[in-house]
Amino acid sequence: MRDFQIPKVGIITEIFEETPDVKTFRVVDESGAKAFDHMPGQCAMLSVPGVGEAMFSIASSPTNTKFMEFSIKRVGVLTEHIHKLEPGDKLTIRGPYGNFFPVDTELKGKNILFVAGGIALAPVRSVIKYVFDNRADYGYVDILYGARNPEGLVYRKEIEKSWADKPNTNVFLTIDQHDEDWDGHIGFVPDYFKKIGFSTDKLVVMCGPPIMIKFTMALLLEMGFKKEQVYTTLELRMKCGIGKCGRCNIGPKLVCVDGPVFRTDELDNLPDEF
Amino acid sequence: MKGLYKISTGELDGLFAEIAREMRLYAPLRQGNELNFGLWGASVTVDLHGLKTDNTPKDLFLPQSEDLYSASLKGGDIKINPAEAEFAPFVVFGVKACDIKATAVLDNIFLKGDFVDHNYKLRRENALIVSLACNKPGMSCFCAAFNLDAAAPGGDIATWLCNEYLYLQAQNEKGEGFIKQFAHLLQEAEEGEIAPIQAEIREKIAALPYSELPLENFTPENMLKLFNHENWNILYKACLGCGICTYICPTCGCYDIRDFEAKCGEIQRFRCWDSCMYPDFTLMAHGNPRISQKERFRQRFMHKLAYHPEKFAEYGCVGCGRCVNKCPVSLNIVKIIKSLGGE
Ligand SMILES: Cc1cc2nc3c(=O)[nH]c(=O)nc-3n(C[C@H](O)[C@H](O)[C@H](O)COP(=O)(O)OP(=O)(O)OC[C@H]3O[C@@H](n4cnc5c(N)ncnc54)[C@H](O)[C@@H]3O)c2cc1C
Ligand code: SF4
Ligand code: SF4
Ligand code: FES
Repeated sequence: MRDFQIPKVGIITEIFEETPDVKTFRVVDESGAKAFDHMPGQCAMLSVPGVGEAMFSIASSPTNTKFMEFSIKRVGVLTEHIHKLEPGDKLTIRGPYGNFFPVDTELKGKNILFVAGGIALAPVRSVIKYVFDNRADYGYVDILYGARNPEGLVYRKEIEKSWADKPNTNVFLTIDQHDEDWDGHIGFVPDYFKKIGFSTDKLVVMCGPPIMIKFTMALLLEMGFKKEQVYTTLELRMKCGIGKCGRCNIGPKLVCVDGPVFRTDELDNLPDEF
Repeated sequence: MKGLYKISTGELDGLFAEIAREMRLYAPLRQGNELNFGLWGASVTVDLHGLKTDNTPKDLFLPQSEDLYSASLKGGDIKINPAEAEFAPFVVFGVKACDIKATAVLDNIFLKGDFVDHNYKLRRENALIVSLACNKPGMSCFCAAFNLDAAAPGGDIATWLCNEYLYLQAQNEKGEGFIKQFAHLLQEAEEGEIAPIQAEIREKIAALPYSELPLENFTPENMLKLFNHENWNILYKACLGCGICTYICPTCGCYDIRDFEAKCGEIQRFRCWDSCMYPDFTLMAHGNPRISQKERFRQRFMHKLAYHPEKFAEYGCVGCGRCVNKCPVSLNIVKIIKSLGGE
């Protein structure tokens, strides 16, 4: 038996600047191998001892057996510190934590619509890459992604150079307001969503700020989607990650073990406190 | 039924001394007005006649603060050294029925699920718990409302104080082994000898003001109704958010994880009790889902009366009454049960 709260040491091998306040960090363990196996949607606790520890979605796919990636937004003490780290620097890592998107069960063989806003594309990217690496197992893929401005789109190069060219795949990008460097769609995710008008023969994976989720969810229902077709992730403050410290509950559910992935109909039975 | 034994109360110190020769022994110790579990030694005053201890014995399993590991930082290198906790058998003597049940509640949290709490498990396995029936239940006690029987307190060994004797009865194999080990200090007793004191205790408890509470509404099906109940808007108002009710509650087990710099280049990461009554408990960079004291207050009582029952089919309150005694503004779970229970 081991104490699941004790981490491994991880090494940052590469860093990619995604947006002015988001960087993607490639991490391996001290032996140079991937620190542990995981499924799309699962998370890990990263820490700089003496600074803090926090939960981050694993943004890379399980099919990547060499390393893990984390896309981290600078918002506070720990994330500020992590943003100052350089390749070769060390941090600690423990996980994997939480449940995952049902990629090998419910989602398998289905058409999938991915909807994301801002940094929340991180957990979705893990699913998208998993789907592309097992392309024959899934149907049509639609990806609708938005950010405040062009610089706010994470993985922009990857989306435009790789995802958009995959077979049977449509990518829709949007930014909130007019910008000189942008000739694509302008408007909020829900507005663009309405314009495109997706058919209901698909499952939906949706992650983003609560306001985006709220409006898009209403549209989905209006268009005839059922809550049972829509998966999302929730974010609450976490400490232990293993269902013991009692911090991340919504009613009887602990988001660190019972989540972060929820089918949206499950949320109806929970207190409105997230 | 396992055999009943007894020892005259005058000889208890001899029994304690003998136990303490084998392993650490914790018992309710009297210090002025306070009664708390502490390590038995030659100069302590054990008081088995007091009611519940001021603090709970939960820190024997979940210490108020405990090291998880240290991280040595040298020249950019990080080395993780798991904390070397010592896990040796120990006895805790004189635990009341409410605190015994509270241990079962915490067991559900710390020992069940995909992850088992390492240190908690080892401490539980190393513990032998000797319970004690409550001869003098107090006005704030309401264990009976949760169907606990303070006259049959459970544990590995149950004990009763009666007519200058302490009666002992093993409740499981572990307890039996222990009684065998110290049998030379004990006398055999007749089964009927504790019946009068048991009857007396049950009678006293039935007469207490909170022994019957309107708990019928507190069912998993009613969770959302309870959560959205308008009475929360009034109930929480006096709450200071001091957190006392959580620290002295035997079933509150929430903890924080923090760092301190133990010495230059060495970071100690530890966990320590925390409280859902505090605003920063759920504070995140993008906001707080429990925005005012109302949500925090509601969380504590919903956890005991609805969330824990939904998960484990038992209440998360054991009716120890400590929050009734200790809340500086006389808020407590009894008021909540009565208010939401429709009284
Ligand atoms: C399941 C999950 C997945 C996540 N995935 C990602 C991801 O992929 N990418 C990403 O960027 N983020 C992700 N997050 C969010 C990430 O965990 C937070 O952004 C991170 O915790 C911020 O840490 P920080 O130390 O930088 O901020 P902090 O400095 O902790 O600031 C956060 C807030 O908490 C307060 N605070 C912090 N500590 C204390 C304290 N001790 N006392 C009082 N107040 C305090 C601060 O005042 C501030 O308001 C995820 C979170 C969860 C739960
Ligand atoms: S209920 Fe009472 S003891 Fe608990 S936090 Fe509020 S004021 Fe403090
Ligand atoms: S909620 Fe109050 S009465 Fe119930 S177990 Fe906790 S301290 Fe005791
Ligand atoms: S983070 Fe500790 S219980 Fe979820």
